[in-house]
Order: sequence, then structure tokens, then C-alpha cells
Amino acid sequence: MRFMVIVKATKDSEAGVMPSEQLLTAMTKYNEDLAKAGIMLAGEGLHPSSKGARVRFSGPKRDVIDGPFAETKELIAGYWIWQVRSREEAIEWVKRCPNPMPGDSEIEIRQIFDADDFGAEFTPELREREARLVQQMEANKKK
Amino acid sequence: MPATETHAAIDAVWRIESAKLIGALVRIVRDISLAEELAQDALVAALQQWPSEGIPRNPGAWLMQAAKHRAIDHFRHRQRAERKHEQVAYELETEQERAPDFDTALDDDVGDDVLRLMFTACHPVLSADARVALTLRLIGGLTTEEIARAYLVPEPTIAQRIVRAKKAIARARVPFEVPRGADRAARLASVLEVIYLVFNEGYSATAGDDWMRPQLCEDAMRLGRVLAGLAPGEAEVHGLVALMELQASRIRARISRTGEPILLLDQDRSRWDHLLIQHGLAALTRAEQLDGASGPYALQGAIAACHARARTAAETDWARIARLYAELSRVMPSPVVELNRAVAIAMAGDPAAGLGIVDAIADHPTMREYPHWASARADLLARLGRSDEARAAFERAAGLTKNARDREVLLARAREQEHS
Repeated sequence: MRFMVIVKATKDSEAGVMPSEQLLTAMTKYNEDLAKAGIMLAGEGLHPSSKGARVRFSGPKRDVIDGPFAETKELIAGYWIWQVRSREEAIEWVKRCPNPMPGDSEIEIRQIFDADDFGAEFTPELREREARLVQQMEANKKK
Repeated sequence: MPATETHAAIDAVWRIESAKLIGALVRIVRDISLAEELAQDALVAALQQWPSEGIPRNPGAWLMQAAKHRAIDHFRHRQRAERKHEQVAYELETEQERAPDFDTALDDDVGDDVLRLMFTACHPVLSADARVALTLRLIGGLTTEEIARAYLVPEPTIAQRIVRAKKAIARARVPFEVPRGADRAARLASVLEVIYLVFNEGYSATAGDDWMRPQLCEDAMRLGRVLAGLAPGEAEVHGLVALMELQASRIRARISRTGEPILLLDQDRSRWDHLLIQHGLAALTRAEQLDGASGPYALQGAIAACHARARTAAETDWARIARLYAELSRVMPSPVVELNRAVAIAMAGDPAAGLGIVDAIADHPTMREYPHWASARADLLARLGRSDEARAAFERAAGLTKNARDREVLLARAREQEHS
């Protein structure tokens, strides 16, 4: 399964403060670890929202609003796309990340929809699969 | 944190750390079974302590420390301790006194340990099934139960397979090392084969299968990327990663909403996974830089890349695909490769030349009953306007296939020939 791992913006990141050399070194090492573990599919840092824009939808109307945006905590400063086996594994990897900001900061973990994400009928379908699996195992035993 | 959450977190830590942990332990104790036992003991200790004490800041180092303590206990308590074992116990103790900072110790050597572990688990002394099970267990961090579910076999079968594999490695005195020299290429081929077997097992999963099965594709890609990181100079490793990622990029598009397979040329290319394509193409570039992407995996990856690069089916560079198949036929001779080359040549505009190749492999025992050979030949005859022969060939292909839906399609094409 895939996760988007989102580094939340802070006052510093929104002000365009560049990371210290020490943080850059630690982050490079961390990114190398992610690549070596075979889980990293993508990852980028984002410019402050002052360079961004928003398009607001209201029925057929489209309003363009230029950055910067006020609610810093809701903004993002960067992201990764990881392929891991579970949400817990993503959490474990995030815990190993160096603090991405000079002050307090937050990283959010969100699962990406997959082709085989289960729908509402998950439970009956799963039961059916379990039944098939048991049959298959019986068949294998007879071989 | 509630106990169930801590257990889930411990599972995750295990997934991340187990290969490094077991690799390092095998290096020290020189015995896979014992190393895995010690690692499991450390895991049990974590399951006992972490729910109450919390997850340590560096869980990998904690597990390593715990396993080393067990190792020391183990060697001390062995009644008939041989000199060799005393020596190991002594080394363990001095190592601990000398280097309490397991952080660095872990980071220094672990890469090589994991690579050694991969080569050992994939040693040709083992059957392919045994290599697969051992690799998923030791390097993939999968439990026996997970492997059994993915392979639709009972758990005891896998457990036994793993035990036997470990014994076979011990019996054959397989050294815990990364092979060098002449041996290396063959041993690496064995590792690559295992990873690709795992991938194909996942790729062949069908709708309704246990979700563990398609997950095998991700496990295989991950193993491939780990190997690429550990052996970055090996072109074929990058070739295999490219091949797997480019094939996996089409997983979403290859089955219709009603569960029927969609052939590559009919797929909705907007549903291909462009992130994986980008990754696969980058891996292929690395293989090209290293040796011109001349090995079998890289060549297959290059063929997959021709499809990935074409924005529409009509834009496919069939001439290049035909050349790549010719090269593949040279390094990995096989009638199936020749059959694919024939189709590519026909697609590139020369069905007569394609038919010549198809007929040239007609006598090969694997082709005689192979429905794809029969249907490819029928298709080429139809393209050449030889309707009567094409109709007979489609009917023959329909008689060979075991797939009901394929049979319908082939019989429909046979009927079409009467009207043309």
C-alpha cells in the first residue's frame, strides 16, 4: 500500500527560511535510508505558499486566489510517496525522520487509494475468500 | 498506547529491522537457524517489555542488544562448549564493552550483512520454492503465515520448507559471504530469479484472491530496490527492477471492471501507474549506463519500456521491440522469445517474416501444444489474407486453450475468416 507523507508548513518554511546544513545532511541520510529500504517512490519539497495559488470552485464559477495563505498549520511544505506494508510501518519510518523544521513541526501520514481498496462489501467477500482459501488448502493436501 | 497498537508497531519495527538483525547475527554466530532463533527471542522480549515500557527511541539497536545478550547466554549455557564457541562468546562480550554504541555498529556493516543474507537464502543448493520461502521470511520480513497465505498452501508446509532450507544450507556449509569472481554472476542470477518468481506469483493473482497474493508484487519490487541499493554496480539488478516496475505499472489497467483480462494494446493507458513508469525508466537508464542494458532482465525491461513510452498503442515502436527480442533471443534462447519476436516483426509491418519465424519453431516440443503459438500463427495468416488457413489455425488454437473466454474469442475470429 502507498502513503503520502506530508510535512506540514511552519512560519519558517512559509517565510522561505532554508534548512540548515546540519538538517540538510540529516535529511539526505534519511532519504538514502528510505531509498535503500526500497520504500521511497517520490519526494519533493515545496516553495512557500506565497508562490502558489488556489482556485475556488462554486458551481460553474472559478475564482483564483494568489498566495500566501494565512492558515500556516494547514499548509504543506513537502511530501513523500512511500510503498510500505502497513500504516504502522509508515509511522515507524516517520518517527525516524529528523525534525524537518527548526522549531516544532508535524508530519501527516495519509493512505493513497489503491485499485484493490476494499469497498463496503468487504466482509462477505472476505468470508468467501477465506472459504476458497480453505478449499485450496484442502486440495493441496490431497496432492 | 494500547497493547494492540504497540503490537502493530512491533510488527512494523520487525518488518524494518529483521533482515539487518538476522544478517548481523548470522555474521556473528555463523548459523542461520540460531541467528533467527536469537532474533525471535529478541522479538519476544520486545513484545513483553515494550507494551509497558514504551517503544525505545532506537528500536533496531534495542533488538540487536537484546539478541546479543541472548547469544551470550546461549553460548555460556552450552554444556559442551567447544573452544570455537567460547571464542564467539568472548568476542561478543568484548565487542559490547568496546562498542556500546550499536547505532553505528548497525549502520556500518548491516548493508553487507543483508546482501550476504540474500545470497545465502538464494543459494542454488536450494530448490526454487525453498529459496523463495527463505528469502521472503529472512529478507522480506514476512511471517510463515503470511507466506502460506500468499502461496495458498498450508502454514506447516511453509514452516517445514524453511526449516529444511536452513538445514540444507548448514549441511552444504554455504559460507556467509557475497560471492566474488566467476561464481558471482551465477549466484546473482539465482537471487534475481527468486525475486522475479515472487513478482510473477503476485502478478498472476486474480480478482478474489487473498490480498496477500498481489502484495507479493510489492514485496518483490521492494526486495529488488533493496538489492539495487546494496549492489548498485550490477546492471541486471537495475534491469530487473525496471522490468518489475514497468510491468506493475499496468496492473490497474489489465483487468476490466467485470474481471476480464484486457490485452496490453487495448488497455486504457491513462490508468497506467505513471509514478512506477518513471521509476522503472530511471532504473533502466542506470542499467544502460552500466552495461548498455544487455542482460536478459534489462532487455525485457527495455521492451516493457517501449510500451510505457508509447502514448497510444499505435505509437508503439515495434521495430525497436523486434530488435530487442532478437537480442534477447541471442542471450536467452527460447522459442517463446522467438514467438514474441515474430509477433513484433509482424506488428512492425512484415507479417510474412513473422510467419517464417513462427513456422521455424513449429517443431519445438513446447510449441506444439502451446495455444499462443497456434493463435499467433492464425493471426499472421489472417493478416496475410490466407483466410482458409487462418480459419483452420484459429480453430486449432481454440481447441488447445484451456481458458473458456479465450476459446470464444478464437472461435469468433475463425468465423470472421469466412466472411473475409
